[in-house]
Amino acid sequence: MAVVSRGFRGRPGDTHHKLPPGQYETTDFPVLSAGPTPRVDRDAWEFTIRTETGARHSWDWAQFMALPSQTPTVDLHCVTKWSKFATEWQGVSLDVLLEDVETAAEFALVHSYGGYTTNLPLEDLLDGKAWIAYRYDGEELAPEHGGPARLLVPHLYLWKSAKWVRGIHLLLEDEPGFWESAGYHDYGDPWREQRYQGD
Amino acid sequence: MARAAVPGRLGDRLRWKTARLAERRPESPAARTLVFDVPGWPGHQAGQHVDVRLTAEDGYSTQRSYSLASAPDGERIELTVQRVTDGEVSPYLTDELAVGDLVELRGPVGGWFVWRPEQKEPVLLVAGGSGLVPLMAMIRHRRAAGSRTPFRLVYSVRTPADQLYAPELRRDDPGLDKTYLYTRSTPPQWPRPAGRLTPADLTRAGWPPDFEPTCYVCGPTGFVENAADLLVALGHAPDRIRTERFGPSGG
Repeated sequence: MAVVSRGFRGRPGDTHHKLPPGQYETTDFPVLSAGPTPRVDRDAWEFTIRTETGARHSWDWAQFMALPSQTPTVDLHCVTKWSKFATEWQGVSLDVLLEDVETAAEFALVHSYGGYTTNLPLEDLLDGKAWIAYRYDGEELAPEHGGPARLLVPHLYLWKSAKWVRGIHLLLEDEPGFWESAGYHDYGDPWREQRYQGD
Repeated sequence: MARAAVPGRLGDRLRWKTARLAERRPESPAARTLVFDVPGWPGHQAGQHVDVRLTAEDGYSTQRSYSLASAPDGERIELTVQRVTDGEVSPYLTDELAVGDLVELRGPVGGWFVWRPEQKEPVLLVAGGSGLVPLMAMIRHRRAAGSRTPFRLVYSVRTPADQLYAPELRRDDPGLDKTYLYTRSTPPQWPRPAGRLTPADLTRAGWPPDFEPTCYVCGPTGFVENAADLLVALGHAPDRIRTERFGPSGG
């Protein structure tokens, strides 16, 4: 039973979109990260998928740009309560990147330049649900939003969409990432409001 | 980037608790400190935040996150809320919520942007505007715990009137050095002209990188991006710089 705050009315009509529980809509693009923004040179950039057997699949920037890309329009939901609707991206689907990878893994631990990590089930990266994105709103992705390239998994809270992504380790067992080790939810479904461990 | 510690007592932290407003204090023309009594509050660390849930008579409800301003103090906590023009929540909290009224809270949340009294290394606090709030919790916790860890605060605000906690920060607090920067207008005869944070400000008022301080930076996104980049350029290790950003969309 919720406690009513006397005199609070709020503005439930503020948005025309369907919001996950506890979220509100914003039209700007807030930035959230735990430390300084890493500056990653495209000439030195590399993206690597490593399997549980140690097999590696790597792309440098030129090879990555040569892959077929998609232009998804997606809604973003941040655990800090804001949601942003109909954001436009360009990136490579993880289906393309994982197509030739042989693995029995069920989990993925995503690594970023700067040391950030986040974990998710491998199936959440497949089937058109996730991209390595390098353009936002028609422009090169800005460093503070994760450029040169970031993971984009919009069906989970945005901390799962690791900025400055450099690789994915495929694992047989789940291993918690940075925020997941600090009390945030292992999965992070905004529609089930899985913000923190135990939600 | 090191792993943050795993906090305990999850069941306690995650349950929504009823909080009663005990007191409201003005801190600046747009900011109010709200003092809440929260029965069952599990305690917190300086730098953490809480989720606040407001529910209207008709059942509509919304949530926001606010930094804790106070040092741990039993079941009493303080939040400092900056009024956002046209915001859905902040004007209600700063202007309408009356002493005795109820809100719901859960937390504390966040295990990375925290300072613990066991830490012995020097600390640099870099605050932009209302980004001072979680850093003030660290200053207060240091004082309450009798810590002798040296702190330096660099606090950037638009004008002298925007300064939070001004009387408290004017008082002597041994081992805490304070430097104020103004971006729009300064007090009379202020030696530094108004302007944004520069490398020279951080060289003068911060720590040399070889002292290996932990740096906590909090404020609006542009401020935090700039300050964190400057600290890296001055030679501070990125994993010693912890950041927390306040979007302009706080509402």
